[in-house]
Amino acid sequence: MGLVKNLFAGVYGFIESLGQSGIFLFQSLFRLPIRWGEAIRLYVRQVYSVGVLSLIIIIVSGAFIGMVLALQGYSILTSYGSESAVGQLLALTLLRELGPVVTGLLFAGRAGSALTAEIGLMKATEQLSSYEMMGIDPLRRVIAPRLLAGITCMPILALIFSAVGIWAGMMVSVNWLGVYEGSFWASMQQSVFFDTDIMNGIIKSFVFAIAVVWIAVYQGYVCQPTSEGIGRATTRTVVMGSLAILGLDFLLTAAMFGDF
Amino acid sequence: MWFIEGFQDLHERNEFSWRIFYYYAVLVSIRFCYRESSVEVYIDVKNLSFSRGGRAIYDDVTLQIPKGKITAVMGPSGVGKTTLLRLIGGQVMPNSGTVTVDGVNIAQASRKELFEARRRMGMLFQSGALFSDMSVFENVALPLQEYTDFDKTMIRDIVLMKLQSVGLRGAAHLMPSELSGGMARRAALARAIALDPDLVMYDEPFAGQDPISKGVLVELIQRLNRAANITSVLVSHDVEESLSIADHVCLLSGGKVILSGTPEEVRSSTDERVVQFLQGHADGPVAFHYPAPEYREQLLERN
Ligand SMILES: Nc1ncnc2c1ncn2[C@@H]1O[C@H](COP(=O)(O)OP(=O)(O)O)[C@@H](O)[C@H]1O
Ligand SMILES: [Mg+2]
Repeated sequence: MGLVKNLFAGVYGFIESLGQSGIFLFQSLFRLPIRWGEAIRLYVRQVYSVGVLSLIIIIVSGAFIGMVLALQGYSILTSYGSESAVGQLLALTLLRELGPVVTGLLFAGRAGSALTAEIGLMKATEQLSSYEMMGIDPLRRVIAPRLLAGITCMPILALIFSAVGIWAGMMVSVNWLGVYEGSFWASMQQSVFFDTDIMNGIIKSFVFAIAVVWIAVYQGYVCQPTSEGIGRATTRTVVMGSLAILGLDFLLTAAMFGDF
Repeated sequence: MWFIEGFQDLHERNEFSWRIFYYYAVLVSIRFCYRESSVEVYIDVKNLSFSRGGRAIYDDVTLQIPKGKITAVMGPSGVGKTTLLRLIGGQVMPNSGTVTVDGVNIAQASRKELFEARRRMGMLFQSGALFSDMSVFENVALPLQEYTDFDKTMIRDIVLMKLQSVGLRGAAHLMPSELSGGMARRAALARAIALDPDLVMYDEPFAGQDPISKGVLVELIQRLNRAANITSVLVSHDVEESLSIADHVCLLSGGKVILSGTPEEVRSSTDERVVQFLQGHADGPVAFHYPAPEYREQLLERN
C-alpha cells in the first residue's frame, strides 16, 4: 500500500515539476527583451562561456572517438576486404549518432553543470532577488540569454565534433592503416545524404540542446540556495540531462530511421 | 545636501552640468508634489499572517512604518526580518492580511503595478548582492539604463555622483569580487539609491562589519534619510547602532510585534522579552536550550 502511495506521489511530483518547468521555459523564451542591444551583448557573452569554452573538450573528444572508430571499423571491415568503406562507417556513425549524443553528454557535463552552479550561486547570493527588487525580470535578463546560447551552440558543437572525428578517422585509416584516400572519400560521398543524415543529426542535437539547457537552468533556478543544495542541483543536471539525451535519442532514432 | 556635494565638486572644476541640474530639478519637484498628497504612514501592515514550510513566521501582525523616518525592525535571527522586507517588496505574498506601501496594496497589485512600486524602493540585501559579472560602475548604472532614457554621459555623471556619495568613486572599475565586505555593501547602497527611491530597506547592514565600516554605514544611512527625505527601514540585531539612528523601533519576537515605539521607550521598557534582547541574556523568555528531554535522564539512558 505504501509503495503504491509513494509511486503515485512520485508520478504526481514529476508531472508537477514538468508543468512548472514548462511554464518557466515558456516565460523565459517569450518575454522579449526591452533593449535589444543589451540583450544581444548578454547573448554573445553566454555564447562565449557556454559554446566557445566547450570547444576544447568537444574537439579533443571528437578526435579520439574518430580515431577509435577508424581502428575498430578497419579491423572488422578488412576481414571482408572492404576496408575502403571505413569512410562511410565513420561519417554515418558520427553524423547520425555519436556526434549529437556524445556532444550532448559532454555538454551536460561541461556547460550544463556550470550553468546550474552559476545560477544557483546567483540565487544563494540574492542576485536573482536583487534583479526582482529592481523590477528587472531575472527570467528575461539571466535565464533567457543562457537558454538561447545553449540551444544555438550545441548543434554547431555537434557538427564540429563530427567534422573533427571524420578528419581524425581519416588520418588513422589513410595515413596509418593505408586505406586508399580516394575510396575513403568516395564511399562517404556515395552514402551520406544531406537531408537524411546531416539534417537528422542537426535535429537531434537541437532537441538534446533544448532538453539539457532547460534542465540546467531550471535546476539552478529552483535549487535550495545553500552550498549543499547547489551541489545536489548540479549533480541532478548531469544525471537527468544525460538520461534525457539517451532516452530522446532512442525515440528520435526510431522516428527517423525506424521505418525500413 | 548629500547630492549637492557632487555639484560643488563639478562647479569648482567649471564643469557644472546642466543635465544633472535638470535631472534633480525634475526629481525634487516630483517629490514635492507627492509629499503634499500622501499620507504620513508609508508602509501599513495589517493583520499579516505568513507561514513557510508549515511553520507560521508571522501571526496576525500589525505594524506601521512612518514616512520619512528611520524605522528599525529588530529581533533575533530567524524571526523573519528578511521575510518582512520580502513581503514589503512583493517577492513573497502574505497568506492573509495586507501590506500597503505608499497606498498600493502589494498583494493585489498587477505585475506592472508591482514593478512600478519596486522602482520606488531600494533594497540593500544582507550579502550586498552585487551582480558578480559586472563592475561596480555597471552595477550602479544598470537600474538607470533599465528605467531612464538618459544618454551615456548623463548616466555616467549620475553613477559617479552616487559612487561619490558612498566614497567609492575610485572603485568604479573594480569587480565585486575585488571589494571588501564593507565596500561591497556601500557599492550595493549606491545601486539601491541609483533611481532616488522613496523607500530604502537595509537588511542587516552592520552584520559582519568592522567598527569603522559600521560607523560609515550609520552615517550614510542617516545622511540619506535626512537629505532626501527617504523612508528607511533598517532590519538589524545590532542593538546599539540601530537604537542610535532610529526614529522608530519595532521589536519582533515569536511572530509578533512585542514593542513599537521610540528608542527611549525601548530602552526604558521593563518587558522581560525586550530586556533579554537588549542585554543579551542567555536565558529568559526566549530559552537558551532548544526543547530537549530531561538532561539527566538522557545521559543515564542505556539501550
Ligand atoms: N525559502 C524558505 N523556505 C523555507 N523556510 C524559509 C525560507 N526562507 C526563510 N525561511 C525560514 O523563515 C524564517 C525567517 O527567516 P528570515 O526572514 O530570513 O529571518 P531573519 O532575517 O530574521 O534572520 C527562518 O526560520 C527560516 O528558516
Ligand atoms: Mg535575515
